[in-house]
Amino acid sequence: MWIVRANMSDLSCKLKEVPEQYRTLGGRGLTSTIIYDEVDPQCHPLGPNNKLVFAPGMLTGTSAPTSARVSVGCKSPLTGGIKESNAGSAWAPNIAKMGIKALIIEGKADGYWTLHLSCADGKPVAKFVAADEYTGRCLFDVYPEVFKAFGEKVDVAGIGTSGEFGYPDSGIVFQDMKKRPTRYAGRGGVGAVMGSKGLKFIVLDAAGAPGVDIADEELFKTGAKKMRDALMQHDVTKPKGGLNTYGTCVLINVMNEAGGLPTRSFRSGRFEGAAKIAGEAIFETNKARMGKEIYNHNCSPGCIIRCSNTVYAKDGSEIASCVEYESDWSLGANCGIDDLDKIAKMVHLCNAYGLDTIEAGVTIGVAMDSGLLEFGDADGAIGLLEEMGKGTPLGRLLGMGAADVAKAFGNPRSPTVKGQAMPAYEPRAVKGIAVTYATTTMGADHTAGYTIAPEMLGVGGTSDPLKVEMAKADLSLAFQKTTALIDSSGHCLFIAFAILDIASGFDGFIEEINGVLGTSMTGDEAVELGADILRRERAFNEKAGFTNADDRLPEFMAIEPLPPHNVVSELSDELLDSVYGQL
Amino acid sequence: MQITVELLATLEKYAPETVQRPAAGRPFELDVPEPSTITGVLTQLGIPEREVKVAFVDGRARASIFRLAPGAEVGIFPPIGGG
Repeated sequence: MWIVRANMSDLSCKLKEVPEQYRTLGGRGLTSTIIYDEVDPQCHPLGPNNKLVFAPGMLTGTSAPTSARVSVGCKSPLTGGIKESNAGSAWAPNIAKMGIKALIIEGKADGYWTLHLSCADGKPVAKFVAADEYTGRCLFDVYPEVFKAFGEKVDVAGIGTSGEFGYPDSGIVFQDMKKRPTRYAGRGGVGAVMGSKGLKFIVLDAAGAPGVDIADEELFKTGAKKMRDALMQHDVTKPKGGLNTYGTCVLINVMNEAGGLPTRSFRSGRFEGAAKIAGEAIFETNKARMGKEIYNHNCSPGCIIRCSNTVYAKDGSEIASCVEYESDWSLGANCGIDDLDKIAKMVHLCNAYGLDTIEAGVTIGVAMDSGLLEFGDADGAIGLLEEMGKGTPLGRLLGMGAADVAKAFGNPRSPTVKGQAMPAYEPRAVKGIAVTYATTTMGADHTAGYTIAPEMLGVGGTSDPLKVEMAKADLSLAFQKTTALIDSSGHCLFIAFAILDIASGFDGFIEEINGVLGTSMTGDEAVELGADILRRERAFNEKAGFTNADDRLPEFMAIEPLPPHNVVSELSDELLDSVYGQL
Repeated sequence: MQITVELLATLEKYAPETVQRPAAGRPFELDVPEPSTITGVLTQLGIPEREVKVAFVDGRARASIFRLAPGAEVGIFPPIGGG
């Protein structure tokens, strides 16, 4: 395997041997370690000294089920701290099969370029092709042209106009199974970093790729089988189970019931229109319009959970794929919007422009909360997204993300941590996720330590979401460590639903990793790998200027009681500081 | 006594016929004996207990033996996950 270094300043590429200390790293573990090792934490995120690292997971490119993910790492223009964001796409296993353990983008080019990677004699070969013809345009128009130019079998990653504009609210897009630009490394402005380097697309031609090395085939196969069995058995991940039938939007009704669905820019935990936009409504709407029950599909090859949906219009055409819980919430309940078709249209627009749907929706919610629009004005929200896509002055302001828009309007109600917008779980009503939002190195982030599993869903045990106790710090930290490991493996985080409940599934996960890497870690040692990653990220953030004062929830949440439970945020500094204090 | 019930995801099929479809997330009134527990409500609606993962009463998860007060709002859902 190789480390590929692409220097955008002189449009050159070098192949390097993988250093020994990186041999057993992958995914987030590798991106965060490289950023920690090579990037000055005080650099400007859009300047020439930031780096953008792509790394497939440790298992990506093997036959491990649901393992087709790639991590993207950099210093974030949104938070000013370290960032890892990951996506599921065929792009991921193919870059792994090409023998590329990490692709590091350095420097800064004039104009925009496509980096084209292919294989010759088992080694990656790079060339740069001018890409200015694709800039300033809708991604749905441009993607088919890129496939036509480079071949129908290639894989394409890229940025939209929002990345070209340098928005902190821009992601990096990867193609889905139908070659549409819909899968995102969404959070933290990674698209802006790619744009700042003059890189528009990364095209992979994996023909002749050597494949992924597996140190111990037998051990790996044993583990992969246990993982497969666990995923096929668990009610959440199995075929025609919760995720395959209703997708992630099934959480809309659940979080609403629990009083933890942030509504109208975090003013309430319940939305009266929730049932109209929930996963069940999507399923029924599709059934009525298409004349049959439509079960969900996989975003990437080898995924057996298949949780991605498509929302169809009355005439049978697609409005958007896919509408995830986070997007449905941010552009729906959070904005007081209950029109499913308009929410789906807004998701499609975010995809067209390369925007992170979470940040975009929370930003529009803040704009509404500040009086720019009425809550519930779906057409107005569509208009704001269009301004963002075109880069009008208002659009550019909105592209800065929720925290800066709140500042621009003099609004103290900024639902953000470390400058990043909160996702679809109200921290006042779910204390464990509040700890995660406050303390993770990533800024307000739900996947970083998904305590929702025990707090709301009864997975991996149970934990009372409304109880403030030191145990919440332990719970969040345990999830943060294990998540850092899963994020490094290339598996989708949704394997957690199965492996937290089915012990053999967790054993299989460790065997898969040991089998591929040739290591012999116990489960605890593997989770300790996760802890090491967190320590490195934390150290980077400290040098970037972060202190414990940044591990706090916004003040307005300590003051405003949230209906229906009428709870405020009351996590002590001591509790929050104990999370990384004990690491 | 009267309580309000909401059935979510795959459990919506157990909603009484009078409830508008899709029934998921649509609260309906249910007349139950006093006292009643969550288990009692499941039995009354014909929901097998093994299909239920969590039951909320007035926004808080409760065990199946939890005793319901008049006017309680009960939300019941099967094993599900999300992101």
